[in-house]
Amino acid sequence: MPTKTPRTTDMRSRGEPALWSLGGALAIGIIMIIGFLILVLWNGIVTFVPKPIAIVTELDGTVTAGEPFRAETFKPAPDMLAALPAEWQAKISANDGYAHRTLYRIGNFDLYGEDFRWVSDFSISKTEYREEMVFVERLEWGPFVGTIKSFTVDGVEHAFTSPRDPVFENVHEVSRDRWRKIADIEHDEIGAINYDLERGRLDVRKIELESGKQSPEYIAAQKSLESQSLALQRDYDAYAKQVQEMRSKNALNTLTLVEVGGRETTIEFSELVRAYAANDLSVLQSVAVYFSRWWEFLSDEPREANTEGGVFPAIFGTAAMTLLMVVAVTPFGVITALYLREYAAQGRLVSFVRISVNNLAGVPSIVYGVFGLGFFAYVLGGSIDALFYAEHLPNPTFGTGGLMWASLTLALLTVPVVIVATEEALAAVPRSMREGSLACGASKWQTIRYIVLPRAMPGIMTGVILAMARGAGEVAPLMLVGVVKLAPELPIDGFFPFVHLERSFMHLGFHIYDVGFQSRNAEAGKPMVFVTTMLLIALIATMNTTAIVIRNRLKRKFSGSQF
Amino acid sequence: MNVDATPVARLDDDFEKTVYHIKTSDGPILDIKDLCLWYSQTQALFNVDMSIEKGMVTALIGPSGCGKSTLLRSVNRMNDLVDGLKITGRIKLHGDDIYDRSADVIALRKRMGMVFQKPNPFPMSIFENVIYPLKVDGVRDKAILEDTCERALKSAALWNEAKDRLNENALGLSGGQQQRLCIARAIAADPEVLLMDEPCSALDPIATAKIEDLINELAGRYSIVIVTHNMQQAARVSDNTAFMYLGRLIEYGDTETVFQTPHSPKTQDYVTGRFG
Repeated sequence: MPTKTPRTTDMRSRGEPALWSLGGALAIGIIMIIGFLILVLWNGIVTFVPKPIAIVTELDGTVTAGEPFRAETFKPAPDMLAALPAEWQAKISANDGYAHRTLYRIGNFDLYGEDFRWVSDFSISKTEYREEMVFVERLEWGPFVGTIKSFTVDGVEHAFTSPRDPVFENVHEVSRDRWRKIADIEHDEIGAINYDLERGRLDVRKIELESGKQSPEYIAAQKSLESQSLALQRDYDAYAKQVQEMRSKNALNTLTLVEVGGRETTIEFSELVRAYAANDLSVLQSVAVYFSRWWEFLSDEPREANTEGGVFPAIFGTAAMTLLMVVAVTPFGVITALYLREYAAQGRLVSFVRISVNNLAGVPSIVYGVFGLGFFAYVLGGSIDALFYAEHLPNPTFGTGGLMWASLTLALLTVPVVIVATEEALAAVPRSMREGSLACGASKWQTIRYIVLPRAMPGIMTGVILAMARGAGEVAPLMLVGVVKLAPELPIDGFFPFVHLERSFMHLGFHIYDVGFQSRNAEAGKPMVFVTTMLLIALIATMNTTAIVIRNRLKRKFSGSQF
Repeated sequence: MNVDATPVARLDDDFEKTVYHIKTSDGPILDIKDLCLWYSQTQALFNVDMSIEKGMVTALIGPSGCGKSTLLRSVNRMNDLVDGLKITGRIKLHGDDIYDRSADVIALRKRMGMVFQKPNPFPMSIFENVIYPLKVDGVRDKAILEDTCERALKSAALWNEAKDRLNENALGLSGGQQQRLCIARAIAADPEVLLMDEPCSALDPIATAKIEDLINELAGRYSIVIVTHNMQQAARVSDNTAFMYLGRLIEYGDTETVFQTPHSPKTQDYVTGRFG
């Protein structure tokens, strides 16, 4: 009797190695994403935590006070090594020739001319954390690290005890309020006067262009402009006087700061953003400082070459641009896909168009930027200017980069995504649905309108979500078509026509590039890069989540249980 | 897609050439004359001649790929959607040639309701499903719509189950209920002919029985053409039966004759289960 050999399935046919490599690939992907998110999140979260101020006295007597910013190991030069005491020489050579040093954020740029200083471990004689050290954030010159000697209220000198002194806090608040009022008057009231003056000048220029310099209309308009200017000038003088009064009041509220070497500087309270005793903070006070910094970051305009202050105009610009882009790209992409899939005869031409659309997604985005600048801004915008804004010329209105042109450029960049997704969604609508509708006597358009489009809507939304994510993170083309380093004027304000799509704007993505790599103070900009990245990711995630929630609500409609 | 796309075999030389066409009628609602149909190069229907009697239930039976569904879909021009389709011959609905150049396909389809193999309710409420044919017709009067909905659902024996949930999503109904909803939708616009393409093939026996009862009730009010795989079903519900084989109409007569004393040996073989 023949023995039956036991049959086993070998590993290869069971697909084990394939499973390992598939799982491994997924794991690597997940690790990279999570690692990136943790890096950004961690750095973003700790940036605004108030840090203690160390006072480091070096062996040669130099005293440095500042926040420990980061630390690293380095290889000291041989001559530097030779000058060290034997004990340190032994330590360093035991460590393969590496020594350790710390970067301190010393602030006081107005006094020192530098913001950061390296201190090597081997040159330290002592490190202390004195309670009276204060971290002062100012409107100008960056932070001040040192002590507060005294302060004046309405010209009367007071001795300084603590930043939590009610008198101190009160005078700070009063000065800041006054400062904000000045800013408001300059922006709103004086801004309105400037706007009226400019409007008047432009109206006269328009009449000049229409009727000529000799015409009676022009002369009359010129006269009325002069009288209007006089009235406006009177208003302006009144506001200027008001501002001047407040400024001189603010000049009486000052505080005197002393850096660790003893040099003094005096600033007005109105320039003081916040001051806290860095080495004497309770947990609650730390939390308060932390959140007040976040609030400032989210709601204020940037200052100090974007390395300080907030990014509100950038948040606003990013969101406005992305939403405008969606408004432009969705109908355009959906209509194109509808024609391609539902109406066009499926032949060689349509295949060619489809391949071309897909290839568009591979064109470098900077090319779209060049196209946007050349076509939208110069050709379209130039024509609009010549037709409707002739009196503004030679200053361009729409004839230069702006919010609208940037949105349209990105819409062009992302339209292939929407077309491809919509085509797939349309193709996925079951044939039985179309036939059911046609059999009821519906026309093709009615079938598309009532059955196909609603049914394809979740798929179309997926395309829009992808387009949104792609568009919101794009920077390169924007640099050509309207994004600027600093644009505190939002595209929406109180002056007619209230929405100014021609204005240049700020963008979080460009802000990251600018702060991180274009700023004088690269070291100070680094944490801001992380915070801004985190913010950009959060913004895109929020917009995507909203879109996904809407999509899922639509989807639920199409997935009833069968039995 | 529910077209029996199996290529039609070449006819053998000894193939039965005679059509046992014993059904004659003085009032046909549909008159099919010499209908041939090609999908690209493949011929799917060969010279079909057939008149469907008004108010009767006509069953189309035959093995897979014999062209029953193709014939049914030719009647309301659903085949227009297929690329590379060619048709010769004539189909007349009440004397109007539906393949005439001037024929309005949309108006034509409004005169015929169609029920498909798998229930295909639209992803909207039950009410909106039923009134869809009126909606595309431009009827906006709420009273008419509600009245039509109730009448159609009652005719489709779904009113009692659905009257309290008219605004719920139709996809929440069971398969049998969905198919009855599709029947309600098909008859909502009061068509002259009701075309049913294997309406029970996706349903369980109980739901099937309900649909069959419904067909018996609707017979007389509508002229029904039903394609079925199931010979018992054809025997139960139909007045007339047509047997098709390889794209040809082999035998057409009243159901009893076709099943009890068929004239063609092919029909005999098929109804007795020798092939199919």
